[in-house]
Amino acid sequence: MRKINNINNNQEILTTADGVPLKASLNRALRRERNISLLLVTPLFVFVLIAFLFPIADMLFLSVDNKIVVEKLPRTVPLLADWDETGTVLPDEQIYKALVQDINAGTVDKTILRLGRRLNFEQGGMSSLFRRSVRKLKRLKEPESYKAATIRIHRKWGDLATWRLIKRLSGKFTPTYFYSAVDGGVDKAGHFVRNPENQRIYLKLFVRTILLSLLITLFTIILGYPISYLLATLPTKLSNLLMILVLLPFWTSLLVRTTSWITLLQREGVINDLLVWIGVVDNAHRLTMIHNQIGTIVAMTHILLPFMVLPLFSVMKTIPPNYMRAARSMGATQFRAFLRIYLPNTVPGIGAGCILVFILSIGYYITPSLVGGTSGTFISNLIAYHVQGSLNWGLGAALGTMLLMFVLALYVLYDKVVGLDNIKLG
Amino acid sequence: MAKLPPYTTPAGYTWHYAYLVICGLIFMFLIFPLMVIMPLSFNASPYFTFTPEMLSLDPTGYSLRWYQDFFTNPNWQGAVKNSFIIAIFSTLISTFLGTLAALGLSRPNFPFRTTIMGILISPMIVPLIISAAGMYFFYSRINLQGTFTGVILAHAILATPFVLIAVTATLVGFDRNLTRSAASLGAAPMRVFFRIIVPLITPGVISGALFAFVTSFDEVVVILFVGSYRQRTIPWQMFSGIREQISPTILAVASILTVISICFLTCIELLRRRNEKHRGIRTT
Repeated sequence: MRKINNINNNQEILTTADGVPLKASLNRALRRERNISLLLVTPLFVFVLIAFLFPIADMLFLSVDNKIVVEKLPRTVPLLADWDETGTVLPDEQIYKALVQDINAGTVDKTILRLGRRLNFEQGGMSSLFRRSVRKLKRLKEPESYKAATIRIHRKWGDLATWRLIKRLSGKFTPTYFYSAVDGGVDKAGHFVRNPENQRIYLKLFVRTILLSLLITLFTIILGYPISYLLATLPTKLSNLLMILVLLPFWTSLLVRTTSWITLLQREGVINDLLVWIGVVDNAHRLTMIHNQIGTIVAMTHILLPFMVLPLFSVMKTIPPNYMRAARSMGATQFRAFLRIYLPNTVPGIGAGCILVFILSIGYYITPSLVGGTSGTFISNLIAYHVQGSLNWGLGAALGTMLLMFVLALYVLYDKVVGLDNIKLG
Repeated sequence: MAKLPPYTTPAGYTWHYAYLVICGLIFMFLIFPLMVIMPLSFNASPYFTFTPEMLSLDPTGYSLRWYQDFFTNPNWQGAVKNSFIIAIFSTLISTFLGTLAALGLSRPNFPFRTTIMGILISPMIVPLIISAAGMYFFYSRINLQGTFTGVILAHAILATPFVLIAVTATLVGFDRNLTRSAASLGAAPMRVFFRIIVPLITPGVISGALFAFVTSFDEVVVILFVGSYRQRTIPWQMFSGIREQISPTILAVASILTVISICFLTCIELLRRRNEKHRGIRTT
């Protein structure tokens, strides 16, 4: 389109037909190209940013967000700054007066009860303390001593622990949700302490999630490796046909596959019936294979198996059969040739498949919640519980943050091993 | 693997056939659970297992009552309608945005390509439960929780990475000279786009759209958080069905869905072949 103006050879700068220097013109063209590219990407970028990344960041922020205490007790919190929480003296009359004013202000729209619920996550009994106070303080008319009157309403207002808790949580941010998420709390001096052994749930659940995911990953290798090898070495026509057996479960709804496993594994299910019919198992002692870890492991191994087979297959496809023949011709046994030649060549595929299956498995929610019972649930189930059930959003967000960090770290690993660009579909 | 070499030892033969049997068992493991629900969905009694009548092939042991329930029950019919509405709209949004972005990202000299690609496919990376919780809080705050708009937007977000990847794949190794020669022959940029680029990326766009559709159609975590009963989709209904009162209607639905996924799989496979033929790629 642009002709180089070569007519005058004495001219040092090459220009286009309309006299613009070629360099500038080229730069402009490149810039325009780049702007068009950016323009094409912008809509999706903005969409993902607003409707996905922002909400997630916002949720993660809930795990440290604590402004509710300052918001609901605007008069009390500044005064508490001067109170010595390490001593044994209760706050003075002025603070009690501020507290009564704050609670009364919050009673109008009932939002003060939310504060009670928030404090209850840290220390039991706080919710009822606030409920009772709201009820009784309404009838409190200009008492002689706010302190005495408030303590009469609920003796917890005369308890140092209550005030220590409020003072400790009076900051805008708090690490306490993360403390809870790793089964800890704070002692009187405000230092992190771990909960007693029998009250630790979250770390145990994290460990269980990781162990079960590792086990599932291991099973997918054991089952996936032989069939990937078969698929990679069969003639194309036949292997395409068998590939359908791998792709069909891959394309079938997750819930369909979970339902199938419920049908197969339950006490009155197909497998138990079959075992009873054969006579391996007595009718009265049918096996419990569902609503426990076995259910989760079996169903998830089945669901995630294609994610192992597909990367393994694509790597095995590239290994020339001559390698094995060469090894055999030099005297290696079939087994030795496999171990020394074939296996090392498939390591990239194993790596890719393992990380993929592990990442997918660790964040699984649906299958564990349907077939996992109580012993086979994952950390996701607890996150869901805190978001929708207990409404302890901060703790749910803290657990979610930990899970997300873990998964992102694995993805960085995946990117190093395989490269995110190499993700393929189907 | 097709033919054993002549130097195979007897142990080698045994191992080979044992290996084939093992593979057969693994394939059984993959496919059996899907196949077992189909006959069970014709069960005349409300059990999840084969009754003696079914095993003796007695016609009274079989019935279509669960299919009838599925096609007449308003809960399920509403779910089917919602599933299609939500999947179609979210597919349209995600296919449009995803294709545009893939075109942009595949142009040469795109700045920060890897970073931006990483951000754009993040909905595929973040565990679903976290995406679901995040969107739940956010959409509740802007009053989109429990609305069709909210669910469609959420599903569109989840589906765009698939479109992006599918379309980008068709543009890998795209010969820029094709567009240049079209331009040099006097075609305007729009004409180049519609006559050269569109035919080349069409298989990718269609398979991306299919992926997007299936993603939305199958999605169950986000809908449980962002949606409500009014936006119930088939997976939503199945999930609550399995949790609350499990009835063999679920098996009928599962069988129908399996048949649908067989159709999808066929479509994808045909598209893949068409794409390879178009671009002259032969897999060996």
